[in-house]
Amino acid sequence: MRKIKLIEIAHGRSGDKGDAANVGIIAYDDNGYKIIEKYLTAEKVKKHFEGICFGKVERFELPNLRALNFLLHNTLGGGGTVSLKHDAQGKTLAAALLRMELEFENNNPEI
Amino acid sequence: MKEKIKIASGQGFWGDLIDAPYHQVTKGDIDYLVMDYLAEVTMSILQKQKNKNPELGYAKDIPELMKKILPIIKDKNIKVITNGGGVNPVACANAVLQAAKNLGIKNLKIGVVLGDNIKDNLDELILEGAELKNMESNEPIELVKDKILSANVYFGAFPIVEALEKGADIIITGRTTDTGLTLAPMIYEFGWKNTDYNLLSAGTVAGHILECGAQSSGGNFLGDWQSIPNMAEIGFPVAEAYPNGDVIITKHPNTGGRISFETVAEQLLYEIGDPKSYITPDCIADFTSIKLQDMGNDKVKVYDVKGFPETQFYKVSCSYADGFSAVSSLTYSWPQALSKAKAADEILRKRLANLNLQFDEIRTEFVGYNSTHGPLAKELDEDEINEIVLRIGVRSHDYSSVERFGKEIAPLILTGPPSVTGFAGGRPKPSEVVAYWPALIDKKFVKPIITIMEL
Repeated sequence: MRKIKLIEIAHGRSGDKGDAANVGIIAYDDNGYKIIEKYLTAEKVKKHFEGICFGKVERFELPNLRALNFLLHNTLGGGGTVSLKHDAQGKTLAAALLRMELEFENNNPEI
Repeated sequence: MKEKIKIASGQGFWGDLIDAPYHQVTKGDIDYLVMDYLAEVTMSILQKQKNKNPELGYAKDIPELMKKILPIIKDKNIKVITNGGGVNPVACANAVLQAAKNLGIKNLKIGVVLGDNIKDNLDELILEGAELKNMESNEPIELVKDKILSANVYFGAFPIVEALEKGADIIITGRTTDTGLTLAPMIYEFGWKNTDYNLLSAGTVAGHILECGAQSSGGNFLGDWQSIPNMAEIGFPVAEAYPNGDVIITKHPNTGGRISFETVAEQLLYEIGDPKSYITPDCIADFTSIKLQDMGNDKVKVYDVKGFPETQFYKVSCSYADGFSAVSSLTYSWPQALSKAKAADEILRKRLANLNLQFDEIRTEFVGYNSTHGPLAKELDEDEINEIVLRIGVRSHDYSSVERFGKEIAPLILTGPPSVTGFAGGRPKPSEVVAYWPALIDKKFVKPIITIMEL
């Protein structure tokens, strides 16, 4: 098994879309994108944000930008102006996702 | 046709760096200055200001800014496009004309885009068949109609194009999409048609890169943020646009910040949903088609953007009053800072419960521990914590419950855990919660109105 800290291979940005947060994750290079494309699944992201994201997680791919976009539904405590959260707009959630450690088999010759 | 035009972003939101537009018109050559002033919450604030005084309801920074830059933009022939007219673009234009008059400026044309504000004809529109049901929950507008504070249609680039065709030097709009401000000059200068979907999408993507100001030139950059040079004098982005849809994102020389693949990519990922379908009134841009080429020296080429026809709807954003909230905080110091803050929270909650107050939500966060990353926060060794801020907020439809909550914070200083400070500014007062009602409206129901006001 190989372990990689997401923050070592990617950066990103997050923001609000109503009560949903969007978290964009961008790999620093093509190899990094291969890793996140294959292993950073919507299911893993949903599990990572347990207790933060209470809805479904959608994943979208932007290979030209080496990026994935995640839409985390029911996450911001009612959205921008209603929310009592300190981070009502989800600005720090990209950093929160970069805390993740990805584990995968080390026998993939492509990455 | 011009071979290229330069469009500069001067403001990412109302409250952004006040002098950024001035630097954009002085530190390099540009053809257009675009400024986005409107966040969703801004419209309800502006509507409240206009209710109190019919001469207000626009971004008041604009006349002040114009005093400073009018002589420069006249001299250099720079056109200014902004949505800072808010709910009162005519009053904003009048204030700018007055500023121009005071400066002795002659021959100034201001294009004003109206028609987006549908607050006063909602009943009429509903009678005509506009449903305005909530596009997320499908609920009928009748649920909130009596509580509506503001209601605005998002127009796109074409009303601005019309104002440019009428010779406007400055264009002041109400609710216009952020991206439309940047796209409009490209349509106008290069003669793009309303069916040139790839070109319209290219301009829309450029608009998305510019709309948050320095967020594409090194600000809020989550990559190697410490390597961003001279953030104190950060340069805002400039889009160098070409007739074929190619756009080079850059910034003025001798400014701080950075334009790179990474800084531009982060902004492209900001606040988007399905990247294949970035919907605007002008087109649907496919963000997965975007190609970036980092050319070095703070230049990134954005090219090969694809897009699709626009939908038959405008988006409508209504805001309505939805109860009251208050937030307060107290700071606890070492030793056992977190334990003290947690104990204070329990004491407060018990007191609130004993008072039989009604709350829709009580939310506690510990700043310094978990207020941003919640359950992902690392467990802390209590001896290592110097201080913790207890942040507690309540929301209710009962004003007096929220008001009473405000009176229960300060007593914790003398009747709760020790070594507490940071209660300044008096009791937190209930503030009105403004909620949003996003809806769609068929384009046949609303028409933009473009007028020219001149000196």
